[in-house]
Amino acid sequence: MSHLVTLAIKSIFTENMALAFFLGMCSFLAVSQKVKTAVGLGLAVTLVMTLTLPLNHLILNAILKPGALGWLSDECASIDLSFLVYLCFIGTIAASVQLVEMLLERFLPALHLSLGIFLPLIAVNCAILGGSLFMAERDYDCAESAVFGLSSGLGWMLAITAFAAIREKLHYSDVPKGLRGLGISFITTGLMAIAFMAFSGIQL
Amino acid sequence: MNLNPFTDPLVDNNPISKQILGICSALAVTTKLETAVVMGIAVAAVTAMSNLTVSLLRHRIPQSIRIIIELTVIASLVIVADQFLKAYFFNISKQLSVYVGLIITNCIVMGRAEAYALKNPPWPSFLDGLGNGAGYGLVLIVIGAFRELLGSGKLFNFEVLRLQTEGGWYAGNGLLQLAPGAFFLLAALIWILRTLKPEQQEPGR
Repeated sequence: MSHLVTLAIKSIFTENMALAFFLGMCSFLAVSQKVKTAVGLGLAVTLVMTLTLPLNHLILNAILKPGALGWLSDECASIDLSFLVYLCFIGTIAASVQLVEMLLERFLPALHLSLGIFLPLIAVNCAILGGSLFMAERDYDCAESAVFGLSSGLGWMLAITAFAAIREKLHYSDVPKGLRGLGISFITTGLMAIAFMAFSGIQL
Repeated sequence: MNLNPFTDPLVDNNPISKQILGICSALAVTTKLETAVVMGIAVAAVTAMSNLTVSLLRHRIPQSIRIIIELTVIASLVIVADQFLKAYFFNISKQLSVYVGLIITNCIVMGRAEAYALKNPPWPSFLDGLGNGAGYGLVLIVIGAFRELLGSGKLFNFEVLRLQTEGGWYAGNGLLQLAPGAFFLLAALIWILRTLKPEQQEPGR
């Protein structure tokens, strides 16, 4: 149990998806003008990550891994489908995004309206595919991958919310012309990354 | 022959500094020049081929499911690129780890397929993909060169500035090897570019 908590703390703070692995940077920069929309996008990412990571874990271990098809018959045990990992992962993610969108539209129309355009965009958010690929590379088991999905989604949400709050204040500052917009955003993100590095070494 | 689709995205309409696409991987693979070059080539190849394929299919793709189709095309191409790297450049492929797979969700590939290849004939689309990939690669190489040279005193793993730890005179700048250094370098690059080309500046709010 305790190693799950450590994993959660690690993926929220020290190995933050956005600030340490640069994942989901495009939407991180594009959708952080207002805190409200940033929170909405963060929620959607967390939701989809929590859903897709265990799902992809199942697909990986039951179908794609070398020898994983052994449960079918003995001949199938020699099949190695691991080259299909990318195609299957992105398929799962796109399908779950579609599913989440339909469910929200039916049961939680208010939330669906506020997330709006961001939901379909999530299918191409690299934080989510990156999460699944990290899960495959690091060999997490099912519980670990669920915890990893939830906590790295939360970490990403924390980062984008904080960043959006800083950006709202940046409106009032006098930034040199060439740095306006993208440039100052990068410097801010860099400073945030330094701040998050202070968490490294925390063990529970 | 009109080469504008190729030359325009190199500097003037660069995918990273102007269109704000594909930043995730641009920062992660640039700790060394070697990985930056390989990543740039891989992305250019995938973007060019995916633009070509999507453009050839553009009259047959139904509007409502185009994103899934584009993703499938891109994912298949990335699989080819990944297998190629694993077969011929195994060490580099290990260093790039998940970032080869993340070319699938690299906004440049998707963005160019959506914005250009769906509306234009195959040859200009191919050039546009190649140009955007090359513009991306260019930024990667500049950042990678600075990070490797100032961070660990090497270029392409060849010692240029001898580090103090190995009896030389240069104190490596560790910050550049870490995540924040990449952000600062890219910000500086954008600042320089936008000062030289004021038309790229964003309007003040």
